[in-house]
Amino acid sequence: MRKVGVIGAGMTLFRRRLQETGKEMCFEATKMALDSAGLTRGDVDMVVNGTAPDAFDGVHMKGEYLLDGCGGYRKPYTRVFTGGGTGVFSTIAGWWHVASGLADVVLVVNEEKMSSCQPHPQSVFAHIWDPILDRPLKPNLVWIFAMEMNRYMHVHGVKKEDIARVAVKNKRNAVGHPCAQLADANITVDDVLASEVMAWPVQRLDISPPSDGASAVVLASEDFIRRRKIKDRAWISGVGWCIDSTMWTDRDLYFPEYVARAAKQAYKRAKITDPRKQIDFAEPYDPFDYKELHHLEGLLLAKKGEAPILTREGVTERDGDLPVCPSGGLMGVGNPIAATMGQKIGELFWQLTNQAGKRQIPHEVHTGVAQAWGDLMQYGSVVVMSS
Amino acid sequence: MRVGIVGIGMTAFRPSTPEYSWKELMFEAASRAYADAGVDPRTDVDSFLTCAEDYYEGFGIFDEFVPDQLGGALRSVCTVTGDGLQGLANAFMQIQTGLIDIAVVEAHSKASDVLTLDGITEHALDPIWNKPLGAHPFIVAGLEADSYLRETRTSPKALAAVVAKNRTNALRNSLAAYAAHVDARQVLASEERFAPLRALDISSPADGCVVLVLASESAARRRHADPVWIRGVGWASDSPTLETRDWAQAVYAQLAAQMAYRLAKVRRAPTEIDFAEVDDRFSYKELQHLEAIGLVKKGEAGRNVVKGEYAPDGSLPVNASGGSLGCGNVFEATGLHRAAEVALQLRGDAGTHQLDGVRVGVAQSWRFIPSATGAVAVLGVGR
Repeated sequence: MRKVGVIGAGMTLFRRRLQETGKEMCFEATKMALDSAGLTRGDVDMVVNGTAPDAFDGVHMKGEYLLDGCGGYRKPYTRVFTGGGTGVFSTIAGWWHVASGLADVVLVVNEEKMSSCQPHPQSVFAHIWDPILDRPLKPNLVWIFAMEMNRYMHVHGVKKEDIARVAVKNKRNAVGHPCAQLADANITVDDVLASEVMAWPVQRLDISPPSDGASAVVLASEDFIRRRKIKDRAWISGVGWCIDSTMWTDRDLYFPEYVARAAKQAYKRAKITDPRKQIDFAEPYDPFDYKELHHLEGLLLAKKGEAPILTREGVTERDGDLPVCPSGGLMGVGNPIAATMGQKIGELFWQLTNQAGKRQIPHEVHTGVAQAWGDLMQYGSVVVMSS
Repeated sequence: MRVGIVGIGMTAFRPSTPEYSWKELMFEAASRAYADAGVDPRTDVDSFLTCAEDYYEGFGIFDEFVPDQLGGALRSVCTVTGDGLQGLANAFMQIQTGLIDIAVVEAHSKASDVLTLDGITEHALDPIWNKPLGAHPFIVAGLEADSYLRETRTSPKALAAVVAKNRTNALRNSLAAYAAHVDARQVLASEERFAPLRALDISSPADGCVVLVLASESAARRRHADPVWIRGVGWASDSPTLETRDWAQAVYAQLAAQMAYRLAKVRRAPTEIDFAEVDDRFSYKELQHLEAIGLVKKGEAGRNVVKGEYAPDGSLPVNASGGSLGCGNVFEATGLHRAAEVALQLRGDAGTHQLDGVRVGVAQSWRFIPSATGAVAVLGVGR
């Protein structure tokens, strides 16, 4: 198996971007990633695109539509799609393009344009349910995540204050991130607890904002990195992906078993036997604040029910023992579903190559893990990267 | 490391399947493929890939609904939003990494569930430049057919010959949806739709599912399987914008074939490849694709089909399965269906439409209107 490294990353501003089409955002992120790697489109062998529901952009075969913006013109180009899990999964697909020996340099470009969906992107989520069993109940995402959050709080006796700390940490971490949509240096736990109730126990500041944006990373083989003498690189040492049953009503929602299985695959491949000791920082998927805690446990970085305690004790702060979401995550930077690759894979690359600027973790870090989550609370994709 | 196809499962292709849900179609094809390969999906399969597009499926995130009926719950599953051959290419790469021993590729169509199929295709047009023109999306095929016929000086009679051949071939394929004794005269007399294309030049939608089980050489050995080897795969895209692409030639197919032939070490495709299954969802596409993948010189495919060279007993049998004109348009399953047909022929399991003495075959796919994306796989048996 060939060794694969990340050698460049780019990310657009996350906002409601009415002036740009999805293609243009892809172009911007792609150009930034190629520039940061010191490459041009001519160096790229293949392109992987990751983007979530077509209905956001309102274009059927969205991957085809975004193709030229992603640099895929007259190249082997594929789109992969695993719901929200795409944020990390597309990098896994890019990894197998290089690791298989078929490509030396692969561009991975993720895009999401949610603002074109009127009146609100939430309306697309009306169509993600089983048409017979779920859809007649008219559920929405906030509603089912409230159930999951409730279950998690109930099983471990977690207090809302401890969950709100995640929102505060990530929105503060996002200060200084050039793409951030909801950075706030002065936010407090009380602000989160006082925000509007959406579906108890979910309040407005427990949720990341919908957004428009794109992000891109460049992957290359070890040979290519050596040959071109590329210094800023971070190696992909393990990948894992796992889906649980569609029947979410049949699962105990308090623990994401699918994330744990994906993590175990990735750790095995990265030769990590004790993740809590061997992993220096983490970028778990945090579209809701409780999800960060849920996923830390799924990633085996905390025991079941222990993540809120680690958060309260400051372990997960940027200068803590296990920095979590130093990028500001989805809670602080924004949540254009697949494009959150910028806060996950991008942040791992920037931290491991000392390019994170104001967000740089103050102590030395060598190994990080990124994770995304998607579909019907059922998908886990995990990438471990090392310097 | 070589990668082989060790299991093939297909449902019949039918204009509608009211007694089946799409999950049941998937379950049936998957069960057949697993039985054929002798694998248990819950213990033996390392990775599952499905090829699907949300709008065809009628879901916001179709990936959610994949695992259970394939036996993939709590295992590695993903969606490749592309044609089935692109899914095959990704499974091929997964196995080449050494991480995955056995992978499953699935693609299906439940077109009969879709009330507004043309509306969905129209939705794939550029929302700013093309869709507001309000034309039926098949004008793209009409314009392209016109451009192809002019540039290669091919007669519309050649298109009629393609339709007659494929519909008739389908009579010997028990899975085909649109088998019929159709002759060129009937095609040329059918209603004009998107000039120069007539009603019979356009394939009709069908339901169906195809599942292939792929294994690494060592895993295939361990299971004492006799695989059909994937000698090479390639996939590529021309420009997505209608205004800047090549209209006469299928550049995507040409690039995909170059890549697949390079991996398969095929130097002279016309002499090394015994038969082909190429995308024929519009009649002219079969000819355009044969030229693009280098099986015949530019401008000669039309004359050859009229002479009967592409018939099952001709010098290069093309779409002996009946193709999409004969089996039906199964959307993202189209390319995987062609790979399955090539593999069946190579195994000698094609039944009444079996070709004699074939050792190497090529499957080619296109992602339908308005895309300029396609893939090619070269399959072979023996060393």
